[in-house]
Amino acid sequence: MNHLSSPSPLSPAILSPAWHPIAAAADLPFRHVFHGKLLGRELAVWRADDGHVNVWDNRCLHRGVRLSIGMNDGAELKCQYHGWRYASRSAGCTYIPAHPANSPSRQVTNRVFPAIERHGLIWAALEPDQPFAGLPAGDWFAAREVIFHAPAERVLQAVAEEAAPCSLAWLSPYAMRLALRAAPEETLIILAQPADGGTTIIRALRDRAPSDAKTWLRQINRIFVTMRDAIEADAPAGADLAEPDFSPLPAELAEPAAPAPAGLTVTVARKWQVAADVFALNLRPLAGILPAFQPGAHIDVTLPDGTVRQYSLTGGPDENEFWTIGVRLMPNSRGGSRMIAEQVREGDLLSLSAPRHNFPLRRDALRSVLIAGGIGLTPLLAMAKALRHGGHPFELHVFARDQAHLPFAETLRGFGESVQTYLGHDPAQTQEAIKNLLGPHGVSQHVYVCGAPGLIDAVTRTATGLGWPDEAVHYEHFSNDRTIDSSSSFTLELARSALTVEVPAGCSMLSAIRQAGVSLPSSCERGACGTCVVKVLEGVPDHQDVYLNATEKLSGRSVVTCVSRANSQRLVLDL
Amino acid sequence: MQTTRDLVYDNWHPVCTRLAHGAKTLRTLLLDVPIEAQAGPRIRRADTGAELPVLERFGLVWTTLGRPDQDLFDVPEFLEPDRRNLSAGPIGVAVSAPRAIENFLDLAHFPFVHTDILGAEPHTEVKDYEVRTSEDGREIIATGCEFFQPLAALTAAGGKKVDYIYRVPHPFCSVLYKSCFVDPSRMDVIAIFAQPMTQETIRAHLVMSMLDDVHSDTEMRRFQQTIFGQDKPILENQRPRRLPLDPRAETPIRADLSGIAYRRWLSAGRVTYGVIPAQH
Repeated sequence: MNHLSSPSPLSPAILSPAWHPIAAAADLPFRHVFHGKLLGRELAVWRADDGHVNVWDNRCLHRGVRLSIGMNDGAELKCQYHGWRYASRSAGCTYIPAHPANSPSRQVTNRVFPAIERHGLIWAALEPDQPFAGLPAGDWFAAREVIFHAPAERVLQAVAEEAAPCSLAWLSPYAMRLALRAAPEETLIILAQPADGGTTIIRALRDRAPSDAKTWLRQINRIFVTMRDAIEADAPAGADLAEPDFSPLPAELAEPAAPAPAGLTVTVARKWQVAADVFALNLRPLAGILPAFQPGAHIDVTLPDGTVRQYSLTGGPDENEFWTIGVRLMPNSRGGSRMIAEQVREGDLLSLSAPRHNFPLRRDALRSVLIAGGIGLTPLLAMAKALRHGGHPFELHVFARDQAHLPFAETLRGFGESVQTYLGHDPAQTQEAIKNLLGPHGVSQHVYVCGAPGLIDAVTRTATGLGWPDEAVHYEHFSNDRTIDSSSSFTLELARSALTVEVPAGCSMLSAIRQAGVSLPSSCERGACGTCVVKVLEGVPDHQDVYLNATEKLSGRSVVTCVSRANSQRLVLDL
Repeated sequence: MQTTRDLVYDNWHPVCTRLAHGAKTLRTLLLDVPIEAQAGPRIRRADTGAELPVLERFGLVWTTLGRPDQDLFDVPEFLEPDRRNLSAGPIGVAVSAPRAIENFLDLAHFPFVHTDILGAEPHTEVKDYEVRTSEDGREIIATGCEFFQPLAALTAAGGKKVDYIYRVPHPFCSVLYKSCFVDPSRMDVIAIFAQPMTQETIRAHLVMSMLDDVHSDTEMRRFQQTIFGQDKPILENQRPRRLPLDPRAETPIRADLSGIAYRRWLSAGRVTYGVIPAQH
């Protein structure tokens, strides 16, 4: 049956058996989601506006609704059932509308399959790390696919029999090359996509467009349809239909505790100046895909000398191929920022933490006011981009010393009238401007501020004075300028670990907890970022951080373990 | 032989509204068994011809294949004389009964599935609410649920914050109580009684008991049918179609507290029909 042809110009092209065509490129028009199937597994296939083709498990992790009925907004896929959003490339969940005040507390990430667009087709593999080998580059011309309700082996056998007058070579268990003996320069590739146990999708590719395309397409279509009718009449379909199988989720998704975020290595792809004292860095992953992040997220950057610094991610939902951070070089800067500004060059490698989400953005507000002071713009830039992408109303107010010190001025111009800049204001003018821009609080209004402590104080005080409740005022400090008083000593009880730990004077709760063998993530370790917050079950915390707001501090239900202590002899933590 | 009573098999299930005298025989399925319903009402198995017990409640005819050890649950509001009791079903859905019940308990989908009726973006937040199991363990009750709704009912004028109470007194039946705009001291009652035809197909019997003197029966039925018509394509696109009871199978959040309790309750009751039991 196998009439192997003599070596032809195509002979090195042995297709990788793990890869299958799952759609035609034309099946992915602008902002569409295509429902594919391969080896019994349903796939949601969609193209982001930047061209990236995503091939995912066809279900929302929340309640199993097919994502192929979801909405492609160009950068994220939104589930129809509860509006959960998943980022292009990483498939990480970026937003859960039922809890707008929280970042998704766990790293909810859909399953991503490797995909590639080649020869007018979308190819995918169900197993990771299988190298793709395609046909040689060329002007491939594809006929429309024909669906056979029969197993792939049966269909391929029929095609091989039908093709007996041609010379035939198998390129993989699911692909063959045909050449007419009479016209060996014309090559036809037949590809079988085993959708499931009883369904096979057949595609034909020619190595160049035929002179009379319409006649050729009709001819091919007629051959396949005739063959299909014969096969389906012979063996009625339906007996062997495999239901898509869903593997259980990884255990960490079912557990409330967040898994330890894995580190990442990135290349500095670009470094450029975005203000007199600010550099921007474009960070690309050395391998693989960057995890999804939400607006307001920060990362820890480990510098060549081992120091760790926190920087906010400035990208919007459509910037998932690389991350951008802004680094300010201050005259009396600690080593970190100076080292990035002066020593880190394009091409250098940096080690990063996974994104941390302690400054979440609500997307259910009727009005979102973003107030930035200088380099404090960075997290708010990500928020502004997300709000613009989602079509939510927002205002971005940026305070800076002068035009030369206004960071990301070019990006800001892109926001048009949503941006207002305030240059060279003294504290009194700043105060007045904040009062005017905030106005009295209305239903569903939220303000976000990041910048120097003076600006954050001014905004929180003014907002409170104007009747804004604490839960509507969100801020992020870069550092905690308070002097930490670590002279007290007390007893910690870790309820879930059933451990009692003594915290002596001069030792932080965080170090005492870690010395007892209980792991707890941390980032800035200065009481600013909120990564090491823990729930308090009993006792009175002595708050020394700048992360929790006044209401949260008063309630005493959580504590920032890196700097805060206890006012009671005993503190019971949910750890 | 059934040795212990099965929460599904030995329970009452809805079949149809009361059939008029001389109406055509209704042929349908209950738990994969073909049954026939006639005026009377009389219901028998179509495979063995055996007569089945019949119960009339909430405007529907109920039957059982097994030996129920108790009467059907009660919804006392149906007996209040000034209420209008209407049925707006049945609607066939290619989904398991528990998936349909879990959807009925869900608030978070309102802005996305019932857009501009039971919810609207950006009002997407689900506030924390309470879920408990009744003292005898026979029923789940969710209280303190509230949601912003643009058009909560035909009697609601404009957007309102609406309070909900949910009951699950039967593995495949749920009853909700929601703010009534005619009489703020009382609540409208809407129920879904799922008839499990097979493990993955149901007939959804929708029943309501409303305080509304203005709208016609047809208007009120259409309102419920519109709502359920919006749920149907979502339900039919859930995979797997059966409700997975393994906590690792899907990703619940705080807003799903009632769904979490429902899944646990089904597990505890050893329900196997229409679910994928957790592997222990």
